[in-house]
Amino acid sequence: MKKSIFYATAVIVMIAGSNLIYPALAGQPGKYPKHPDRAYAGHPPGTSLKLPTGFKVQVVADGLGASRHLTVARQGLIYVKLAKLKKGNGIIVLEDLNGDGKADKETGFGNYTGTGIYTKDGWLYASSNTDIYRYRLNERGEVIDTARAERIVTGLLDRHEHNSKSIVLDNKGFIYVNIGAYSNACQVQDRTKGSPGMNPCPILDSAGGIWQFRADKQDQSYGEGVHYATGLRNVVGLDWSQQLDQLFVMQHGRDQLFQLDPDLFNAKQGAELPAETLYALHKGDNAGWPYVYYDPFQKKKILAPEYGGDGKKTAGENAIDPLVAFPGHMAPDGLLFYTGKMFPEKYRNGAFIAFHGSWNRAPEKQKGYFVVFQPFANGKPAGNWEIFADNFAGTDTITSPAEALHRPCGLAQGPDGALYVSDDVKGTIYKITYDGK
Amino acid sequence: MNSMMITVYILLGAGAVCIGSQAPLAAADLLIPATHRAPGQTPVQRGKKVYEQTCMPCHQVDASGVPGMNPPLRKSPYVGGHSARLIGIVLQGLNDGVEIAGDTYSNPMPAFSTVLKDGEIADVLSYLRSHFGNKAGPISLAQVSRIRQILKNK
Ligand code: HEC
Repeated sequence: MKKSIFYATAVIVMIAGSNLIYPALAGQPGKYPKHPDRAYAGHPPGTSLKLPTGFKVQVVADGLGASRHLTVARQGLIYVKLAKLKKGNGIIVLEDLNGDGKADKETGFGNYTGTGIYTKDGWLYASSNTDIYRYRLNERGEVIDTARAERIVTGLLDRHEHNSKSIVLDNKGFIYVNIGAYSNACQVQDRTKGSPGMNPCPILDSAGGIWQFRADKQDQSYGEGVHYATGLRNVVGLDWSQQLDQLFVMQHGRDQLFQLDPDLFNAKQGAELPAETLYALHKGDNAGWPYVYYDPFQKKKILAPEYGGDGKKTAGENAIDPLVAFPGHMAPDGLLFYTGKMFPEKYRNGAFIAFHGSWNRAPEKQKGYFVVFQPFANGKPAGNWEIFADNFAGTDTITSPAEALHRPCGLAQGPDGALYVSDDVKGTIYKITYDGK
Repeated sequence: MNSMMITVYILLGAGAVCIGSQAPLAAADLLIPATHRAPGQTPVQRGKKVYEQTCMPCHQVDASGVPGMNPPLRKSPYVGGHSARLIGIVLQGLNDGVEIAGDTYSNPMPAFSTVLKDGEIADVLSYLRSHFGNKAGPISLAQVSRIRQILKNK
């Protein structure tokens, strides 16, 4: 309680100070430069984002509220999708007029909330939890007529749980959208101890996968879409790899193995199982949910207890394997293949992943609340992932998510190769740049 | 609120006022037979235990919830509010996307009617109503059993 009052005061003081740019001091020895007693928007004094040496962070904008995904038009305009309307607007447009990295102009439009937003070939695409819209951009990257939203997809399932619809486009005129399963493990009674798994899982007909639609056709429903991939419980972070011309997704693994099956799993196993998983998808792929989950210690697909599993029996022979397995419950909400030239060579064509941060690891401390980098070489993950941007939460130990000052959610690349990160707690937009110093 | 819950209110309104949250409880109402409750000395100790095993994963150690997913139970109008509604939420679960202080929550709350005994529900709710900034009277075993019966007869 006291803590939150303190943070709130810190925020007010900083906003009142009207100095919203706090460049990270880099250059000191060690992987993470030591930061002086300098405050970042929404961070108490003495804390800031921790970045590898040579990288700097600026606060582009602050206080946008639930900022989910974001996208940067070729000309530099930033579009942020909100999960909660700000002054009646669900999309915020940020413009840096003098090129100092900080937004000088903030406008908004679109009276619907949601998560997905993406720009491609002169169009801005944005999703609510049921529909996808697009807007024509002019040569400056501005929406020509914010009142003229063209609805391209409609009637996607929203049953509260896992209802956000992330979007990405390929280079052939198709848009991909995740439709999350409205369930944890496809039990007859969701998240209820003792309730068996439904077999076959009926949810998979209309959710728990990726659907592909035409990007230029109005009012498409499920029937006009292609059921592109299945067996994915919930995907929030997804991206199109330009190098491989292929869709990549991060799955949120299932919850509550311990609470639902305390005879088979202890609390620590419940916290660490299953992995959060990165998949490279082909049309027709099945990632195995709800029948299997991925155990990063045994490195196997394990039969879910709701379907007769015991924590050891393997299954899902026809399901694909993940490319990378991350620690459990960290909630990957953003995925971005870096194609810019600003960052050092090792980052090119590798993947950044924004981990929103766990809620489901108690009594262990929570994990995530950072952006990681997974190196790639020749189109394959190469070497271990590493934490790239840390300390969004403003503290090392998070026991419950409400303590986190910020939670990274969306990722986008600017035309100059800078990396943008959105936070959906306070709505801080960060710009991360590299100058080697 | 779904129609079942509304029915509970109507039933309560029509004569069953004695189990409303304002009604004083006899001391005997709070004595929960051992077969109906979790182990532990006092109702608060037992309720805390049920909370930690059953509710905490979603509602968190400090009852602060998970933003956007699971609502807080701190200073909750539901926890501190009408006992029948509260008991009904635990027995039946909730997937309405409740709005609390302008925020909604996307996860479903599972039903605990097959998972928890009536005494465990009374204990955990009494615990919640006297902790985390909630200030309301305890819930008795009889109240929980009564609501379970009403819901069953529906
Ligand atoms: C699987 C996660 C989960 C578990 C376990 C869980 N809840 Fe909930 N609970 C929720 C969600 C999600 C909602 C909101 C549902 C909605 O908005 O429709 C909720 C709502 C509530 C509410 C009403 C809203 C509020 O904020 O007061 C109460 C009271 C409540 N839960 C009590 C409990 C108790 C007591 C337990 C343990 C016996 C429990 N919950 C276990 C997820 C959970």
